[in-house]
Amino acid sequence: MTTTDVTIDSPRSPHARTRRGINLEKWGWLYMRISGVFLVALIFGHLLVNLVLGEGVSQIDFGFVAGKLADPFWQWYDFFLLWLALIHGANGMRTIINDYVAKPQVRRILHGALLASTGVLLALGTLVIFTFDPCPAGADPALIASFCGDL
Amino acid sequence: MPAKATGAGVDSSPATIDVPRPRRSVIPGGTLYRGNEGMWSWVLHRITGVAIYFFLLVHILDTALVRVSPEAYNVVIGAYKTPIMGLGELALVGAIGFHALNGLRIILVDFWGVGTRHQKTMFYVVLGVWLVLMIGFTPRHLMHVFGG
Ligand code: HEM
Repeated sequence: MTTTDVTIDSPRSPHARTRRGINLEKWGWLYMRISGVFLVALIFGHLLVNLVLGEGVSQIDFGFVAGKLADPFWQWYDFFLLWLALIHGANGMRTIINDYVAKPQVRRILHGALLASTGVLLALGTLVIFTFDPCPAGADPALIASFCGDL
Repeated sequence: MPAKATGAGVDSSPATIDVPRPRRSVIPGGTLYRGNEGMWSWVLHRITGVAIYFFLLVHILDTALVRVSPEAYNVVIGAYKTPIMGLGELALVGAIGFHALNGLRIILVDFWGVGTRHQKTMFYVVLGVWLVLMIGFTPRHLMHVFGG
């Protein structure tokens, strides 16, 4: 009879790390929780100002948005809302793709589409927030913010 | 009646001791997770997360229209003020409210020393706070949509 040497770890010996370097999955997990705490405050404020105070959804038009985005406070508020929420949502969708898509090829395509759409929307949203002109030249004065006439 | 266990003594006369009857399982299906609060909170968290994500994609695009022209923005945002979309906004606020509150519950389960022990209670607290917020928000929003 042939025998083979088998090494058996003693029970309860600590798990040996097989991979070195940064554990990206761990940082993703932590990001979901940290961004979540900030998002509670940011989204609550966003809904309060846009849907509850004033006339709610019926007050929203170009002039309303222009009045907000002319103020650096709301520019940075919306900037953090955009980046925290979209990256949180995209990372959550990545988890869900990993859970339900078994074929490596399909997975790669979906991950690629997710990454591309996230990049495009972050760039577009950031551009809109910081290059926005509340008083566009030649616009119908009835549609733009009341303070435009003073400029 | 407690079960009796008979110990084999060294001498021939067996000793009899009382041991408590084994507890009946209080867990249907023999699992701590399936069909209980833990599972349903996860199902709802996942569904609301996906729904909010797809809305966010659309919402970034419709807001980007402020960079195109006041007319373009006003036309598209007008669609949000119709009765059907008004009800959709109610559903969306309900979804994000649940996701936000249950997200805080998940964070407490992960980082609070006794969070796991209280996860069921916290789930019902989430539902309760959610209900209070929705009772406050719903009439206000319906007034804005239907012109109260
Ligand atoms: C309001 C504040 C929010 C809080 C407190 C919150 C919290 C969380 C937490 C703790 C997780 C679990 C992550 C894990 O299990 O590793 C999660 C997952 C997720 N979140 Fe959020 N989140 C918030 C807002 C959002 C927003 C705005 C979106 C969409 C853009 C979103 C989309 C998702 C998705 C898609 C998942 C993955 C669900 C799953 O894996 O089952 N969340 N969220």
